[in-house]
Parts: sequence; structure tokens; C-alpha cells
Amino acid sequence: MLDNAWLIPALPLAGFVIILVFGRRIGEPKAGVLATLMTAFSFLVTVGVFFSLLSRAHEDRHHVVTLFSWIPVGSLNIDMAFLVDPLSVTMALFITGIGALIHLYAIGYMHGDPKFSKFFMYLNLFIFSMLILVLGENLLVTFLGWEGVGACSYFLISFWHTRDSAATAGKKAFITNRVGDWGVMVAMFMAFSAVGTLSYSGINEAAESGALAAVTATGIALMLFVGACGKSAQLPLYLWLPDAMEGPTPVSALIHAATMVTSGVFLLTRINPVLHVSYDWVMTTIAVVGAATALFAATVAVAQTDIKKVLAYSTVSQLGFMFLAIGSGAYVAAIFHMVTHAFFKALLFLGSGAVIHGMHHEQDMRRMGALRKVMPITAMTFIVGWLAIAGVPPFAGFWSKDEILLYVYANNRGLYLVGVVTALLTAYYMTRQVIMVFYGEARWHDHSQEHGAHGDSVPRESPWIMLTPLVVLAGLAIGGGFMQLPFSSKTHFLGHWLEPVIEIGERDIKGTWAYDNKYLLLLTAVVVACLGIAGALMVYVKKKVPVFEPTILADGWKYDSSVSRLMGGPGRTVFSGVAQFDAGVVDGAVNGVAKIIASTSSALRKVQTGFLRFYAAILGIGVVVMLAWFLMRGVL
Amino acid sequence: MNALLAETLVGPSIDWAGISPLLVLLGGSCLLLLVGSIFPRLPKGTYCAFTVLVSLTTAVAAMLQWRDVTKSGPRNLIADAVALDHFALLATIAISISIALVSLITDDYLRREDYDGPEMYALYLTAAIGGVVMASSNDLIVLFLGLETLSLSLYLLTASHRKRAESQEAGLKYFVLGGFSSAFFLYGIALTYGSTGSTNLSKISSALSGDSPFSQIDAMLLIGIGLMLVGLAFKVSAVPFHIWTPDVYEGAPSPVTAFMASAGKIAAFTALLRVLVVAFPTRIDDWRPAIWVLATLTVLAGSILAVMQTNVKRMLAFSSISHAGFLLVGVEAAGHAGDKDALAAVLTYLLLYAVLVIGSFAVVTVVAGKGDSHTTLDDFRGLGQRRPVMALALTVFLLAQAGMPATSGFIAKFGVIKAAAEVQSYSIAVIAMLGAVIAAFLYLRIMVSMWLADSTNDAELFVPVGAGIAIAFASVFTVAVGVYPGWLLDATRMVSDISISVIQAVDSTTDVPAG
Repeated sequence: MLDNAWLIPALPLAGFVIILVFGRRIGEPKAGVLATLMTAFSFLVTVGVFFSLLSRAHEDRHHVVTLFSWIPVGSLNIDMAFLVDPLSVTMALFITGIGALIHLYAIGYMHGDPKFSKFFMYLNLFIFSMLILVLGENLLVTFLGWEGVGACSYFLISFWHTRDSAATAGKKAFITNRVGDWGVMVAMFMAFSAVGTLSYSGINEAAESGALAAVTATGIALMLFVGACGKSAQLPLYLWLPDAMEGPTPVSALIHAATMVTSGVFLLTRINPVLHVSYDWVMTTIAVVGAATALFAATVAVAQTDIKKVLAYSTVSQLGFMFLAIGSGAYVAAIFHMVTHAFFKALLFLGSGAVIHGMHHEQDMRRMGALRKVMPITAMTFIVGWLAIAGVPPFAGFWSKDEILLYVYANNRGLYLVGVVTALLTAYYMTRQVIMVFYGEARWHDHSQEHGAHGDSVPRESPWIMLTPLVVLAGLAIGGGFMQLPFSSKTHFLGHWLEPVIEIGERDIKGTWAYDNKYLLLLTAVVVACLGIAGALMVYVKKKVPVFEPTILADGWKYDSSVSRLMGGPGRTVFSGVAQFDAGVVDGAVNGVAKIIASTSSALRKVQTGFLRFYAAILGIGVVVMLAWFLMRGVL
Repeated sequence: MNALLAETLVGPSIDWAGISPLLVLLGGSCLLLLVGSIFPRLPKGTYCAFTVLVSLTTAVAAMLQWRDVTKSGPRNLIADAVALDHFALLATIAISISIALVSLITDDYLRREDYDGPEMYALYLTAAIGGVVMASSNDLIVLFLGLETLSLSLYLLTASHRKRAESQEAGLKYFVLGGFSSAFFLYGIALTYGSTGSTNLSKISSALSGDSPFSQIDAMLLIGIGLMLVGLAFKVSAVPFHIWTPDVYEGAPSPVTAFMASAGKIAAFTALLRVLVVAFPTRIDDWRPAIWVLATLTVLAGSILAVMQTNVKRMLAFSSISHAGFLLVGVEAAGHAGDKDALAAVLTYLLLYAVLVIGSFAVVTVVAGKGDSHTTLDDFRGLGQRRPVMALALTVFLLAQAGMPATSGFIAKFGVIKAAAEVQSYSIAVIAMLGAVIAAFLYLRIMVSMWLADSTNDAELFVPVGAGIAIAFASVFTVAVGVYPGWLLDATRMVSDISISVIQAVDSTTDVPAG
């Protein structure tokens, strides 16, 4: 069975090719059904692989499937190979599983879209790339998937490109991700010149045996961390994720919540021995960046009014939690939280999609309210997701968040405090969202009238094809936590399963105060969650406390806009000039690096005037400089 | 001196089989002109088919020689003026493939512009002769002859559209600036000869090594190297000697641009490697920093300037500059003593890029329409709706140029950066990767226009057969090499024997003239 692991990515790839070639002929809904089936079959194969891996001895759960020798260049031989081990199978399981559910949902959500089959083509390509990323046996295969998911993400964000904001958001995602890609590329070549191989086993063995010097390990780890920050939307590169919500909601659920954004966490876990031998401050940096991102994004989420933006900032915040876990040496907890987060955040996004769908593409929570009466199943499942993310036992999010906080406490109490405050805020803003959307008074009546809408403007429940995934995910969000319970080492199912992969890097907290008092920390987590929920109830239901939603929070601490302005150089005039010059393609709204490049470029562009004598002069200067160098070498 | 004179009088023995690729090209171009002037009314497409045939024959001849060289080792021909080694033969094959593909694009282009005649094809073949001579030269004078043959053909080709002012202007600019650069190069040869007593690359190398009177540092020699570097940097369009490239690429007929960016680049880079690696290995510390600066400037300036262009031909011109920067990274790595992979990496890059860039310009030629007038980014809007398959092919080319894994462009970039990393040139590798990251934005812009913008032009876009074949071949090649590059890398690894031919030449030239 293990040798058939190549089928896992091959099936979605086949789906992509079929839709690419016959897409128009297949049409709606068959293209969607095909894509869903391909992903579902891939899931079944993964389950088969999982069981045959499980049947092996504990230390023997490591299998390489080599397809062919990809790049044989001199001393370096890179195989197109897949690594089947507990980590990659865990990733593949939830990617294909949740992926299939979201595909199914999208058949309903994308109903009637003129580019229906194209959407599923991209979606299958994404699943393929993501599987390549996690199954890769070496950094290069992973990088192939890494670039692939980036491209798919870009195309899916801009899927509704007729909206200006969608095109801009796509570009933003592309640029910030390129910064991350640069980090991965540099890390790859550092690993190659230090170890002479790109395979994970080679790199990790070098780290374990001490062949990898601490300084090189630090360099590789830092560069991969840069890559991870880009892909997983950490400070300061998180900018693109909130904007990415311009894409269709199934995309937000699949790519920008459950799978792609977690690939940074995956990559760092994959190379945990390298992190282990690098200087201590690398781990501290990761933890601090994670904690800062978690807290920062949580504060911003408190004041958002767009139903998807709340979830987007919440995703950034939860990813911060995962990085905090990694920085504390809690790899199992990070993967655990990644999986439970995939369950409940996919559920929340799909729920919000159902709301948006039922509300005829209204995303402003101020125009919702009391929707539980008209869409009861969506409301029920959304509430399950809310309880899971807020950290209410026994829902999935509670267990994984608690596990992270346990390790963070053992590692650094200051960061633990940050984590607790973030957890409090999370419970608060999610409660706020549930109240604004599903409770209170219905604010959509007046809205529909002001638009002079027709009779069917009343929000309605979504079709079963969208509700089924919601119900399944709700089940997972309730029970998902049981894969790793803190009570005894026997209930650490996930930890036991992942042990061969993370035994080097995983921090041992046995004997610390936190470990001995874990039930106290557990209780604290419950209290914090309840406090957050109670706070939101006081503000938004009882209305005893004034609403606190300052604009500075709504604007994300003005970070986005100041980056745009700061990086943009000498003010708006230049940009409007650039924008005029390049209207429609690179509009003035493109921020950050693009602006630097654009403004430098337009300055440099003037050099190319077309005058021959001017060109000759440039040549002349080049010649003088060149000769000066050689003359200097000759004389000195 | 007497020995030299006697050699000239007797005349060198000529290994006809060894230069068979050149002979095929020469015969082909003469025959083409002859037949074209005797029978002016040949069926359409004959010239194109003939040129493709000639170039494929050249490639086959080169492959036969390749087998021979593999068996009996590299050697020098015609009084050591021409080298016959894997390096030269691979360049010959790459140039032949380039002409074949470019001819396929040219066929419909000429009919569209009402210019059906054999001249352009004949010029391609003569330019190819120049290119092959440059790649296989073992003598500065021979190299210069090749350079001029190539350049003169290119000047004519650039200006060959007689009704388009841009084409004329580009030809003139290229001619004037190219004249400068040739003069610099020639002067460099003179100074080098003056300080080493030879124009033969192997003899220069042995004159500069060891105890010979020329091994001392010599300002005249260094100026000579510098001037030759200027001439070649102009040809490879390294910043700041790139200044002609955007205008010429934009003004020249699109198939000619494809030819310059592919065969022209192959010839220029192989010549650069010949001169630096064969003749001046002992002066590495002098020329490597210069190449380092040229490479970083070229990668960064090429990528940054490309981003803001609005004309696709200009974008691709700047992108070709950025690619030249990558190739220079490989040249820089080739400067390190004992590095054999870098040469292979540069040649692989040249071959893969040639196919990529021809594919890209084939699509541009088709989209440009009559008079080459539709080449702005707006003209590519909605190409995904009008011609989805062609848009997909261009997407493949652009992704490959951006260095996306699983395309040939990645293999190319990976090779040179790996070569740089292997010889500890980390700074240049990191800068090159930065350039790749920036340049990706340019390719993205074209892709966005094609797929995500709505078309402003609903006219039926006709894809001619020739261009269709070229595009199909190039895109399949791009993906096939990207996914399974092993066979190509195995073959290109053999080119590292360039310095073996040096050793042999040094052995056989015990009669180095003393001055």
C-alpha cells in the first residue's frame, strides 16, 4: 500500500488535467462532481496508507517512494520522491479529507458561476500542489508544491477579477509570498552547500549527528522561517491574508484557513532537528513573532465588521499560536492545533459562506442578526465552531490550545501571559460575531427595503450539498480533540503517532512546574474562555458596557496602510503618477515592494530615452569604469 | 617567427569532418540564395522548410561529431584555430535548434508582411555560421571573424522590415553601437597580442602561466582583457552595456528578436567563456570581480526595469537582460579554478532559455499581427479567452522564465545558482535569487493580462501552422525538461571538457613563438 502513495497527489492531478482539457464540455455540475470525487478517492488512498503505516513497528514508519531521479547534477542528485511518514500522512489526511468536503460544498456555493469548471480546475490543482508540498521527500519537491500552492492561491484570490479589490488582493498575496519564497530558496542553497543534499533525512541526520554547524543551522532555520512567515501570514508579512478574503469563500476555507497557510508550520516541524541545533535565540524569535502575531491579530479582529475579515484575522492569530508552539518546542501541540484549527476554521468559513450565500452576498455583520431562525443548521454548526475556537471544553480547540499554553508556560511565562490574553480576546470576538450574525434583532429587513429588493430577499438556508460538509466538520470540531488528551501518556495518541518525526526537537517538559500543575492551567484556560464569552455578552447582549471598537483596531493598527505609505516612498503624487502611467494593471493600490520597485523603475525608465548619443555616452562610461578597474589591477 | 611564417605558407591541414556542421550551414545559405534568385516563384513555405532542413542537418552533423569526440576526445582543428569539443558542439546544436524554431515563426511573419523571400533565412544561416565559429573558436582573430559575421547579419535582420520606421531605427542604432563594441573588442585583441605574442587562446594561456616572460602582471594585457570584456559584454547585453537591447528588441521584427535572444545569446556567451576560461585562467582574480559586478548589475537592473514596461516586447527584452545576469552568475562561477559544473550549467541555461524565449516571441509574433503593431500589454488582455491554448503555452513559458519548479527555467536557474553556491559565491547567488523574485512580478503582469482581464479586441486570432508547431514544441520541451531533466543534464555535463582541450593544445604547442 505504501508504494501506492504516489496515487495521493496523482488523483487530483488527473482531475485537474481532465477539467483543463474537457472543462467546457463537462460543465456544471459534472466538473465539480469529478473534482470532488478525485479528492475523495485521494482521501481514501491516504486512509489506506495511514493504516498500512500504522501496522508497521513504531520506529519503522518511514517509507520513501521514489518516482524517478529528478535533477542529477554532478555531486547532487535530487529525486522526485515522496516521504511517507506520520507527519506527511497526518497532513495528507486532513488536506484530502477537508478538501473533499470543501469541494462538495463548493458545488453548491459556486452554482451558476460562469467559470464553474475553471474554479474546480484550480481547486484540484491546489490540492495536488499542497500534497506535493507535504509529501515531498526533499526541500526541492516541497518547494515545487510551495510555488504551486502560491500560484493557485493567487489565481483563486483573483478569481472574481472583475472586482478591483480582488485583483489588488491577488497581487498583494503574490508579492508578500515572493519574499517568503526567496527565504526558502536561500535556505535550500545553504542546505545544499552545507550538507550536500536537499533530502530531509539527509539534512536532519546531519543536524542530529552534529555535522551541521550551529551557525549554518541557524541560517537555514532563519531563512525557512522567513519563508514560513510569508506563507503562514506572520508579522510582518501577514498583510496579504485579510485581503485574500476577496476570493470565493470555499477558497478562504480551504487555502486561507485549513491548509496552505499552515505549510509554514509544517515546514518548521519537518526540519525540527535543524531548529534544535541552531542557536537558542532562533526558537525565541519564532515564539516571540508567533505570540506578537497572535495578540496583534486578535486585537484587530475585535473591531472588524466584515464577517470574513473577523475570521481572517482570527486565522492569522491562530497561526501565531502555532508558531508560538513551535518556538516553545511543542511540535505535537502545533500540529495538533493545526488539525483542530483546520476542522473548526473550515467549519466557520463555510458557515460564513452559507450566511453570505443566504444573504445574497452581504458580508457586513451590521446588516445581519437573528439569522438562527432562518438558517438553523448553519447557525447550529457555526455555534459548534465558535465554542471550539473559543476554547470551551470538550470542543476540539480547547484541548489543542491548552496543550500549547502548557508548553509555553514551561518555556516562558511572559509569552504565556500573551497567549492567555489572546485566548481571552479570541473568545470575546468570536462571541461578538455569533451574536451579531445569529442573535439580536434582524437588521436585514430595513436593508432589503432600502434596496427595493423583491420578495425573496429574506435570507434562506443553503441547500443540503452545502450543509452536509458543515455537519461533518461540526462533528470533527466537537470530537477532534480526543486525538490528544492531556490526562495520561496513554491518551497522547497524536503525540505517540508523531514521535518518530519530532523526537529530536520536541521539548521535554516533564518535571517542570507547569507539567505538575497542568490541571490548574487547564482550569485557567476554561476560566479565560468563559471570561471572554461573558465580556462579549455584557457588551453586545446586555449592553451594560459600551461598545469598544476603536477605528485604530478596525484599521488593523494602521499597519497595512503605513506599510503601503512607508514603503511607497515620497508620497502619493508619485504613485498617482505611476498609477496613471500604468492604469489598470499595476494600479496605485499595489503596496509594499511593488511600489518600491515601481517607483525606482519609473525613475530608471527615464534613462531609456531612445537617443543614440545618450546611449553611446552610457557605453562610454561603462568602458571607462571597466578600464579603470583593470588598469588599477595592472598598476597596483 | 619563422615557424609562424612557414605554417602560414604551407597552409594548415583541414579536418573536413570536424567542421561539417559549419559546412552544412554555409552550403545551405549559398544554395538558398542561389535557388531563391533563379526560381523566384517557389511554393510558399519552401524557404522555411529548406532552412529547417539545413538546421536539422547541422544538428545531426554536430551530433555525429559529438559521438566522435566522446570516443576519441576533444581536439583542435585548422592550425589550432578552431576547437572541436563537446562545448562547441552543444552550442552548435543549440543554435541549430534555434534557427529551426525561428524559421518556423518567420514563415508566416513574412507572408503577413508581404515579404516572402529567401533573404531572411539566408541571413539566419550566415548569422548561425558566425555563432558556431564564435562558440568553437580557439583563436581571437577567428572569434572576431565569427563575431562580425554574426553581427552584420543581425544588423541587416534588425532593419529588414523596410516599411517600419522602428525597424530601420533599431537597425541603425544597433549598427552604430555594435560598431563601437566591435572596435573595442578588436583593440583588446591587439593589446593582448602585443603582450602575449599570440592570438591563439591556448597559447595565450600557456604564455601567461608558468615561467614564460609574459606571466608577470602587465597593464597592457589587463587593458586588453578589459576591452575584450567590453565588446563581449555588449553582445551579451550586460548592464551597463545593455543600453541597445530594449530599443533593438522592440524595433526588430519579432522573429528576429527571438533569434537575437536565442542564437545571438548562445554565441555571445560561449565566446565569453572561451576567452575567459581558456585564455585567461591565470588572470581570474582580475576578471572575476568585473564579472561579479556586471552580473549583479544585470540581474537587478534587468528585473527592476522589466517590471514597469508596458510593451511586451520590451518586457521580454529586459527579461532577457535579467537572464543574461543569471548566465553571468554562471560565468562568474566558471572562473573558480577546477569548477566544471558551471560551464555545463551555463550551456544548459543557454539551450533551455533559447527554446523558452523563442516560444515566448512566437506567441508575441502571432498576437502582434500585421506590422508588428499589437505588442502592448493591453493587446494581450483576454488572450486566455481568445486563444486559451496559446495563452496556456505562453503561461508555461513565462512561469519557466520566472523559474517555477517543474519547468525547464527552474532547471536552468537552479544549475547556475548551484554552481555559484558550490564555489562559495554566496553573495552573488543570493542577489540572483533576489532578482528572480523581483522579475517574477513582470511575468505575473503578462499572465494577469492574459487570464484575468477582458479582451478589448474581439478579432479572430489566427495561429499559423509554423508558429503553432514552434509553440507546441517549445512548450512540450519546457515542461518535459522541467519534469524529467536527467537525460539533458547527463549530456550537458560532458561540456566540461573545455579545459581538457586546452591541456592538449598546450602539449601540442611546444613551439610557442617567443615574441
